[in-house]
Amino acid sequence: MNRGQFIVRRLVQMIPVLFGVTLVVFGLLQLIPGDPAAAMLGMQARPESLAALRTELGLDRPLWEQYLRYLGNIVRFDLGDSLKFKVPVSALLGERLEVTLVLIVYATLLMIALSLPLGIISALRKDGLFDQISRFVLMVTMVMPAFWVGIIFLTYFSLKLQLFPVSGYGDSWREHLHHLFLPALTIALSLTPLIVRALRTSILEAMSSDYVRTARAKGLREQAVIMTHVLRNALIPALTLLGLSVGYLLGGTVIVENVFSLPGAGKLLVDAITARDYPLVQSTTLIFAALVILVNLLTDLIYTFLDPRVNL
Amino acid sequence: MIASDLDKSGAPSLAGDLPAGALSTLASASARPRLLRWRQRNLILGGSLIALIVLTALLAPLIAPMGPQDTDYTARLASPGPEHLFGTDNLGRDIFSRVVFGAQIDLQVGILSVLLPFCIGVALGCLSGYYGGRVDSLVMRVTDVIQAFPFLILIIAIVAVLGTGLTSIYIAVALVAWVSYARLIRGEILVARNQEYVEAARSLGASDAQVIGRHLLPNVITSALVYATTDIVLYIVLVTSLSYLGLAARPPSPEWGAMITEGRTYMATAWWISLFPGLAVVLTGIAFSIFGDGLADALRVRRR
Repeated sequence: MNRGQFIVRRLVQMIPVLFGVTLVVFGLLQLIPGDPAAAMLGMQARPESLAALRTELGLDRPLWEQYLRYLGNIVRFDLGDSLKFKVPVSALLGERLEVTLVLIVYATLLMIALSLPLGIISALRKDGLFDQISRFVLMVTMVMPAFWVGIIFLTYFSLKLQLFPVSGYGDSWREHLHHLFLPALTIALSLTPLIVRALRTSILEAMSSDYVRTARAKGLREQAVIMTHVLRNALIPALTLLGLSVGYLLGGTVIVENVFSLPGAGKLLVDAITARDYPLVQSTTLIFAALVILVNLLTDLIYTFLDPRVNL
Repeated sequence: MIASDLDKSGAPSLAGDLPAGALSTLASASARPRLLRWRQRNLILGGSLIALIVLTALLAPLIAPMGPQDTDYTARLASPGPEHLFGTDNLGRDIFSRVVFGAQIDLQVGILSVLLPFCIGVALGCLSGYYGGRVDSLVMRVTDVIQAFPFLILIIAIVAVLGTGLTSIYIAVALVAWVSYARLIRGEILVARNQEYVEAARSLGASDAQVIGRHLLPNVITSALVYATTDIVLYIVLVTSLSYLGLAARPPSPEWGAMITEGRTYMATAWWISLFPGLAVVLTGIAFSIFGDGLADALRVRRR
């Protein structure tokens, strides 16, 4: 099978998942105990406005019709209007997504910058002092709640030392990088332990493999063995994990965007919940799932380029 | 040493023919003393830390010098000292007492949250792996769909529609988190079901239920158990995060996440209000992580 066929098959496999995802998001509204319209407008809502909202959302229609209508709208990229902000959801999400995407790319880069040296040194000096200290520190950073870390960073680096702005996203790329440093670092810290552990394991596995023994036996310098033989093979599993972690990263943005008051999609989700704007909650959740599916697809594609052994 | 070598190289062929118990008897016959010491170190350390935290939660009324909501207006925002070990907050509540009472809520959420997804996931994973066919593809398609969502975001969305509170969290976690257990168990059953001891049991006339319950489950459940220990940490961090977003426990609850959130405005001046409940989360997390590592070693489960 060539790469083109692989891509087509991978896209076809996505179809049932996409259907399922819309079904879950549609089902969210059905989970609301009682009348969704009343839940959105509150206790004091007048009967006329309740009825109007029910008609607007199509809640007076049979369930299957509601779902088909919902599906039809999604296919046409029409996510409806936000109840709270009174603007089309797609416009709202568009501007918010930029912040979130820049944030996760930034966090990923920081994570790689942290994980590579830690994982390599830990594996090369297995069970040494550095390895033991790094493993303990990473065990701690893994269980620290991100919002707690964010609050501490915000207090010390932004408020006290005034090294970073307290909130907002900035206007230029320079400002974005400055504004987003602490939020990105907070997300990176929570995921670094998993990547380092995977990297350490795969480096150790590669080092005990036959091809590394051969490379050493033919008199290659240790540095060359590590760089060309060990790392090239050991990086692939870590990269896969990185691709699979995108859901985790996106979850992190919800927390961190709220701590650092960043105008991203994660902040929008929480604002929508606070405002009981359930259609907006649905759409935001849908977009997050779409991002995960897209990144997983990209990871699979990159994988076929990186590892020629992969059986398409 | 011997056992760990077996795990890496000889295990597939050896373990393939023998039920799990047999391998450990084989291996430990020669290498027992040194192995046990090393394996037990993490188990004992993690286990005693967990026991300590559980005891603190159970004996909270005896350990805490004040009630979680008791206010002392003469000692507001007092820094940590002999009078108030962890200091007091803006209302004069004793942070140490609140952290101790908070252990009741956070431990309960961590442990209870894991039960439902564990049971649902193990049951569906068994059915899916053992019977294959339509059951399998249905269960696997559902897990595909749920795993397409970022875990935290789907939980937040479900809790948001169900309404704030711990019950909503239990339901949301049950709906979402079973997929990882189902996948794990299914994978293990797929490997185990073709082995000779299963065939032997079947040829002796064991029913499907007996084969799954008596022969397969004991061999495959260990990995799910290890997974569950690490998940407890995840759920404790989850509930603190949801409290921060205003979706779980609300002030004045002494839930650790709610306490951190309440104290964040005083962070620059009275850092102890938010710091100590956070450290409590970290300590509990470390306890379960170490215990999970020890359990994985002892049960010879490869970590995820």
